[in-house]
Amino acid sequence: MNISRRNFLKGAAATGVGSILPLSMVTVEAEAGESFTFAWITDQHLQLISGAKFVKSWDDGFKLAISEVMNANPKPDFCYFGGDLAQAGLKAELDHGMDMWSKTGLKVKAINGEHDYFLDMGKSSRAAYGMPSDNYTFEHKGVQFIMLTTIRGAEDWEKRHAKNPQIRMNEMMRIDNYVDGSAFRLGREGLAWLKKTVAGLDKNKHTIVCSHSPIQKIYSGWNFWTEDAEEIQAALKDIKRVTVLYNHVHQPMASQKGNIAFFSNFSTAWPWPHVSTVADATMCGDGAYKGCEKGSDYYPKLILPYHRADVANFRDATGWSIVNTDTGGKFDVTVTQWGDNPKRNITWDGQLKEVGAAPATKAQIQY
Amino acid sequence: MIRKSTLAALGASFILGLAVTASAHAEAVKDTAKWDSEFKASVKRGDGLFHGGIKSSNEVACVQCHPEGSNTHAETYPKYQKQLGKVSQLWEMANWCLENPLESKPMAADSQDMVDLVAYMTMIRRGYKLEAGKY
Repeated sequence: MNISRRNFLKGAAATGVGSILPLSMVTVEAEAGESFTFAWITDQHLQLISGAKFVKSWDDGFKLAISEVMNANPKPDFCYFGGDLAQAGLKAELDHGMDMWSKTGLKVKAINGEHDYFLDMGKSSRAAYGMPSDNYTFEHKGVQFIMLTTIRGAEDWEKRHAKNPQIRMNEMMRIDNYVDGSAFRLGREGLAWLKKTVAGLDKNKHTIVCSHSPIQKIYSGWNFWTEDAEEIQAALKDIKRVTVLYNHVHQPMASQKGNIAFFSNFSTAWPWPHVSTVADATMCGDGAYKGCEKGSDYYPKLILPYHRADVANFRDATGWSIVNTDTGGKFDVTVTQWGDNPKRNITWDGQLKEVGAAPATKAQIQY
Repeated sequence: MIRKSTLAALGASFILGLAVTASAHAEAVKDTAKWDSEFKASVKRGDGLFHGGIKSSNEVACVQCHPEGSNTHAETYPKYQKQLGKVSQLWEMANWCLENPLESKPMAADSQDMVDLVAYMTMIRRGYKLEAGKY
């Protein structure tokens, strides 16, 4: 018999079991179909100027997201943070960000972004975010979460920079043309951990994989890329339904490959143009893009096209999201895009689709 | 009948002509190479400014919103800029960015830094159709 969390807690309260048995030692299963929401805020890039002064615009975006989360109804169960809280990985930036996070009163489940990581290889960010390790897993109401650090550098690159943390950070925090930096990857150890972890998971439960970089190869010039994406996807192939929630790209993009749906989110700091805005990209008429670069066969459809960012409005084309999900694979995400833009709702039920909005025209797509 | 001396003179002047042409060609090649290297140097300086080389008061850099110069659209200027409230040139918009997101001082239109910045942004869009006024 499955014991639901609610019934277990009722029973525990009645019998006094709860007082003698730590809940963490008890396996409880969610009622079938019980859905829940979590807030998804990412890429705040809080940037220290000097002393205790931070870039106001980036702070303002995060503050706005926090105030909206605090007013969300129903209240989200927790916050998912997708990396790049800091701009330069400074402890002052991480502390400033965590102080702001604390105002939500919600638990934050975090992963590393490259801007958090490369000054001390994640030592400060893991401590600030309360991460047990670079890669970890947890379960919430029957949904399995796999939290990955997919922004590691190539082994020889990391070895070469072992004694030059500032250079290592400078090379990886560059926004474009990673001429000296490294392509992102989960890495050998991370892959071994992932395979072992997946082996112990229930393949029939909805599994949400959280990564900073796309677990796809979209465009290497901006590190919209994970070098071992194919291996990660292969490791997830036996799970019936996987949703990858990635970050880094500062915009919602969506695509699907077999059992895996991929979805990304806005940043709260600044908008990032779509890849089609660079010279070698080709835009197709139906809103899909292809031919961005050789080998880019995972190139995602931009199913939430938004107007080219209005630079007169600092918050335009930035925002945050709220996800409603369950253990059976329900996934719908409400994307709040600030500026004069309406909320958008995307669902995934075998096919990702936008609900209640007309398809975007080519003219609406950022060029 | 053409005398041999005439032929010789004609031949000499032809060779001289060729030499002059070759010399002019060499000069032109030299000029072009110089112009090209000067332009590339300007673009390179602009690239540096764009990627954090401008000492902004808040450490924000152009590239943060415009990776690889994207969404700067040099080919669409002059055009109406909403935040400036008038038809503007690219350098005017660059100054808006300097004063707002970068919280810094604007540059003179003919300053070397502004010329370099515009050179970089224009080079990024080289080959695109000129579409003045498009936004």
